[in-house]
Amino acid sequence: MSTASPKTKAVEERRNVVILFAGDSGDGIQLTGSQFTDSSALFGNDVSTFPNFPAEIRAPQGTLAGVSGFQLHFGSVEVWTPGDQCDVLVVMNAAALKANLHKLKPGGSIIANTDGFDKKNLRLAGYIDEADPLADGSLAPYHLHSVDITKLTRAALEGLTLGMKEKDRCKNMFVLGFINWMFNRGMDNSERFLQQKFGKKPDLLEANLRALKAGYHFGDTSETFTTRFEVKPAPMPKGTYRSITGNQGTALGLIAGAQKAGLDLFYGSYPITPASDILHELSKHKNFGVITFQAEDEIAAISSAIGASYGGALGITASSGPGIALKTEAMGLAFMLEIPLVIVNVQRGGPSTGLPTKTEQADLWQAVHGRNGEAPIPVIAASTPIDCFDMAFEAVQLALEHMTPVILLTDGYIANGAEPWRFPAAKDLPAIVPPTVIANGDEGAVKRSLADLHDASGKFLPYVRDERGVRPWALPGQPGLQHRIGGIEKQDKTGNISYEPKNHELMVKLRAEKVARIADRFKPIRLDSGPPEGEVLIVGWGSTYGSIRTAALELQAEGHSVAHVHLRHLFPFNKGLGPLLKKYRKVLVPEMNSGQLRQLLRAEFLVDAQGLNKIQGLPFTSAEIKEAVLSLQRS
Amino acid sequence: MSTVNGANGIPGQARNDNVEKVDFSSDQEVRWCPGCGDYSILKQVETLLSQSGRKKEEVVFISGIGCSSRFPYYLDTYGLHGIHGRAPAIVSGLRSVRPELSVWMITGDGDALSIGGNHIIHLLRRNVDVNVLLFNNEIYGLTKGQYSPTSPEGAITRSTPMGSTDHPFNPLALVKGADGTFIARSMDRDPKHMREILARADAHRGTSLVEIYQNCNVFNDGAFEVFTEKASKPTHTLFVEQGKPLTFANGTKGICIKEMKPRVIDIGPEFSPNDCWIHDERDNFKASILVRLFEDPRHEGAFPRPFGVFYVADRPTHEEKLQGQVKRAKELKGIGDLDTLLNGGHTWTIG
Repeated sequence: MSTASPKTKAVEERRNVVILFAGDSGDGIQLTGSQFTDSSALFGNDVSTFPNFPAEIRAPQGTLAGVSGFQLHFGSVEVWTPGDQCDVLVVMNAAALKANLHKLKPGGSIIANTDGFDKKNLRLAGYIDEADPLADGSLAPYHLHSVDITKLTRAALEGLTLGMKEKDRCKNMFVLGFINWMFNRGMDNSERFLQQKFGKKPDLLEANLRALKAGYHFGDTSETFTTRFEVKPAPMPKGTYRSITGNQGTALGLIAGAQKAGLDLFYGSYPITPASDILHELSKHKNFGVITFQAEDEIAAISSAIGASYGGALGITASSGPGIALKTEAMGLAFMLEIPLVIVNVQRGGPSTGLPTKTEQADLWQAVHGRNGEAPIPVIAASTPIDCFDMAFEAVQLALEHMTPVILLTDGYIANGAEPWRFPAAKDLPAIVPPTVIANGDEGAVKRSLADLHDASGKFLPYVRDERGVRPWALPGQPGLQHRIGGIEKQDKTGNISYEPKNHELMVKLRAEKVARIADRFKPIRLDSGPPEGEVLIVGWGSTYGSIRTAALELQAEGHSVAHVHLRHLFPFNKGLGPLLKKYRKVLVPEMNSGQLRQLLRAEFLVDAQGLNKIQGLPFTSAEIKEAVLSLQRS
Repeated sequence: MSTVNGANGIPGQARNDNVEKVDFSSDQEVRWCPGCGDYSILKQVETLLSQSGRKKEEVVFISGIGCSSRFPYYLDTYGLHGIHGRAPAIVSGLRSVRPELSVWMITGDGDALSIGGNHIIHLLRRNVDVNVLLFNNEIYGLTKGQYSPTSPEGAITRSTPMGSTDHPFNPLALVKGADGTFIARSMDRDPKHMREILARADAHRGTSLVEIYQNCNVFNDGAFEVFTEKASKPTHTLFVEQGKPLTFANGTKGICIKEMKPRVIDIGPEFSPNDCWIHDERDNFKASILVRLFEDPRHEGAFPRPFGVFYVADRPTHEEKLQGQVKRAKELKGIGDLDTLLNGGHTWTIG
């Protein structure tokens, strides 16, 4: 596409821009946002996104409940969050404006689709007496650009045989074209995307391309817009990048883990928001020996994964809070059997059905404590979309090498958020070596002779342990290794049923010790930023990473003695954490819950940790973190 | 050793009589109550396996919770004693990745039809290749005597002192409703018949479900007496055999279908066995009627209770289809390359 005479309009350079697209959940806002994100990432900006949508697929049109939003932060500098407040707000109707105006910076730009501000829309959005904010001067503190996007789109599509509804669906491409113009972007990427999406439907392709170009030309020719903005590429480390969401990262990390262990991957799952995209992603990759099983319920999902692990594949299940609750009993079984299993919880607002499409970190206690009996299971957490890959890989590593179920916590915020990823080469990922025992004398990773795995009479001992407390993985089909395992308490070494009191105590301790020893393999604890000792240590976990990092860097630049450590291992903790906590006068634990990590830290380390707790289904802004650190310093 | 001929004339059990017999029992002491019907089932399964020529390491027993679910511990095969009701799901995962193993699932009326009801119907519709032995004793034994989903309405049990208010399941009608591909019934007191049925179940590809009437002599003694005792057995039971007329009471009575309904007829001057319904285990509609012959035997004029193989259908197994997709994906896209996957096909380079 030729970019027409930008000389006629001024180009202003910006370090970073936050743009929020908002409209009805049927307006195609998510698509506009993710496409512009893609173009920005390809251009070389650092990006961070926050899709925010209602639980209903098509919530009542025009209402506040039906507003879908996509926030993108892109910069010529590194960006860590989708941004606290936005510079540009694109609203497709009155409800979208009402729901999001508070997020716009003073002096920010509003691009409003006037067609979405008719009397009906104003009433549905709850504007008193149907007062039109586009006309009544209430938006004076902002740069308001009223554009009849619907009319302009229809005009651009004149002569096409599509119905009005289908034509109006192209509005989002008009917006994308316009935003491409506004930020001085080429159209190649957007056009390529449309070719791919509608290649087989020429009339839709034509309509969307026309709307896209119409949006671009509108910016060029309309006199209301005098300035374009430019955000130069960010100084990112050299390398090849792609864009990735957290759920994609999790899926790829799981496949990479299975590949590095040389195993087939079995994924048992039941659809649930916001975890289903892991199922969708994995089901595309069957050529990696991936079997996806959409089970009849959450219990069958995990139980089938246990069956697959028992058979020698890597068994995995994922869900969100309510589904994880249903899987609890089976987690206890996997723990008792001591077989590998990865359980992913893409957390959402709870309790019960809670806030299906909103984010929260309130399932930490469920992960750490939520089973009957003493059943400690390693719990690890991802902090960014990219980190979902690394932590999923680590979950596989821990599960297979230590013969244990492992819980990986992510959440809706990073699961749906995207960022540029300098992806690793397969050869740089470590091999994963489970303690598989093979009957023909090659004992695999079990660093013992086969004789050690049998009793004096030659019977196989499925629960004999190595120096890490890990038992051998003997798969059905191996002659001479037949054994029976189950959820009933078992005798040490033989695995036979045993109700003997002292044996039970021994087994509870042996199982706990095995999990505790996993901490031996963790790398030394490392600060994310800040001085090695000082005034305040911010301890974070999970998706709060970006806002805490941003706040910590700003505070450090302003001269405050503030450090940030971000925990990936929540059970067992990194052995270096206890000593680290003692090096600061105060400890602040920001969490999107009422203080679950804080209480674990207090219990484990007797530290007077203070909490910053937000339970609104929304991520922290970095300003909120900064303010909390400053007020803690003052106290 | 006797054989039961399938519809295709497959000898279910004649295959390995010359094979050296292998002892499939484990070193664990069997801990069912003395006199329990489970002993008989264990013995028939051991006998079948030892004569089958199958290697011990190729056999896996998966169970849920309940008296019957202790079964895996007593066999020297691979075994997994799971959690209550979930054995079908564990089996589904195992079979998906290890289709070459011989998998048996041991369950009871509570395990399969109450807490695991959701899983059993999905196992059946998917047609996972497994032999399901459903021990039905119409009572909860391990929890000491509460009514089960197959206990008759009005059953006086520890949890229903005034009688059960629940209408019971007809297990095989449920199995038929879920499109099970092998449906059979046997009883603990007829070892020969049970062995024949188990052999047929083992030979079938897909979910073979065998309901076994099993006496709980502690909490529900005599629940199936009318079908198992010499005096009442002939008039209250109907042993169906492929291609043979449905006759009972030592050949003096038969069942015919008239105006779409089954009726009992007297074999004699008026009717000959040729007038009877000829059993065809491949007949989907007749099987639906057969599983519905489920009247309370105490009622006047009740139909006899059928035993044998009611229905057999060929349908691809779930694991065949799953593995088939993996194979096809590998053929179409090539065996997965991790670097290609990580790259994702849409990249940009900095530097």
